[in-house]
Amino acid sequence: MGRYLLSLKRFWGTALAGQLEYQVNMLIDLLAMVGSLAGSIFVLSVFFGQGRELGGWSWEAALVVQGIYTFLDGVSSTWLRPNLGAIVTHVREGTLDFVLLKPIDSQFWVSLRIMAPAGLPEMGLGLVLIVWAASRAGASFSLGTVLVAVLMLCVGGVILYALWFVIAATSIWFVKTWNATEVLRAVLASGRFPVSAYPPALRLVFTLVLPVAFLTTVPAEVILGRAAMPMLALGLFLAVIFFVGSRAFWLFALRYYTSASS
Amino acid sequence: MKIAGLSWPVVRALLASQHANMVQYRAEIALWALSGVLPFIMLSLWSESDAGASLGFKGVGLARYYLSVFMVRQFSVVWVVFAFEEDALLGRLSPFLLQPLHPLWRYVAAHVAERVTRFPFSIGIAAIFFLLYPTSFWLPSLGQFLLACLAILLAFSINFLLQSLIAALCFWSEKASALERLLLIPYLYCSGWLVPIAAFPDAARTVCFWTPFPYLIDFPARVLAGLSVDFVAGFVAQLFWVALLLPLVLMAWRAGVRRYTAMGA
Repeated sequence: MGRYLLSLKRFWGTALAGQLEYQVNMLIDLLAMVGSLAGSIFVLSVFFGQGRELGGWSWEAALVVQGIYTFLDGVSSTWLRPNLGAIVTHVREGTLDFVLLKPIDSQFWVSLRIMAPAGLPEMGLGLVLIVWAASRAGASFSLGTVLVAVLMLCVGGVILYALWFVIAATSIWFVKTWNATEVLRAVLASGRFPVSAYPPALRLVFTLVLPVAFLTTVPAEVILGRAAMPMLALGLFLAVIFFVGSRAFWLFALRYYTSASS
Repeated sequence: MKIAGLSWPVVRALLASQHANMVQYRAEIALWALSGVLPFIMLSLWSESDAGASLGFKGVGLARYYLSVFMVRQFSVVWVVFAFEEDALLGRLSPFLLQPLHPLWRYVAAHVAERVTRFPFSIGIAAIFFLLYPTSFWLPSLGQFLLACLAILLAFSINFLLQSLIAALCFWSEKASALERLLLIPYLYCSGWLVPIAAFPDAARTVCFWTPFPYLIDFPARVLAGLSVDFVAGFVAQLFWVALLLPLVLMAWRAGVRRYTAMGA
């Protein structure tokens, strides 16, 4: 355990130092982040006005969902995209060999090796939006709510990670799968809006098949104090299933890994 | 006979080789086609919302609009920045520059070949859409179809020129693709990709129509879907943007090539 923590510290320290060399890029990232948040709030606002609601959600409540989406998007720019995107390269160039030879768990290494600080401000902005919009919507922040909200955010994060990781891991067979993750990202964009705003059939898909509901809507419901216990339990259950599944899938996929050009 | 460095055998060779190259990546291209599902997500959102009902965005017209957005995107996607950045960084650009052919033509050929490979997948997704929404089925009249093709072609040209302009900046900075991310934001929100521009507040709509973005998606999609649209104004604006961007791209390119020193020099 201690070895893993020490490795993480080294991983992220070096990644941070490496990224800080590209300061203009950081600035562009910051601009892109502010622009895209402004754009998505604008798109959301088109659905409201004159006392309208979206799937039974008020403007402020829907902003909480938007905030959670922004936060998770920050998480994926910081960890998921740079790390899981690199798996394809490792497979294609055969450098996964070196990862497998290291005296450390390979899934841990490929999932957490890099940290791109460009996503951190986005996570911060998402949190600010969540707290601001939730207080406007009349949410009360008791210790219990905050703890459950953090737990459900983690559930969302784990599900997101597992989905993305499994798709990235299929590159062991198909080599070029980074556009499969583009498909996933396109579908995940549906998480910008509360799941009840979709037609019933899609709602079912977004709850059980591609559990987008647990990424943004359920944590927002917890924060707004309207969560239903069965949904929380289902979320926890799915997170465990997805994580265990991703682990099993990785071990299974590695059995088929034959390095590059062999 | 040569026009802009192109002769018939050159065109044929370029297209044939690029097509052979693209066919190798059929599965990848199918996934790219699938990653354009965003308009369908937005459609399902609109069809359920109160706002859709009160703004009059619902029913068959809206479904056709979003399907057209999907099709327009399928045929006007451009990735010059990424291809060019890779070629410049890996030094593949140097042999291209020695050939008596503007390197941008090579990318044009790649895009055309990719469209041909992608076509059956796009049509397949449209067919599934019609199976799910049978009432929205329509076939544009021949005139409408030809006008839509022209509008999409011009949209592709504007998109291509915009990206080539950014790609030309690769000659000065090694990370021009970061700038492409900035370009993507107004493209995403001001083009009618997510929300029809007609649903925007008046002020926002006016601002949008001063940018090239509505002519990249909103205008061709409306033509294809057979919605009410000002043809003359749309085509004039599209041609204006092409006429404005083309000399800019050529100038930036020429200035860039002059200072190009290949990697490691």
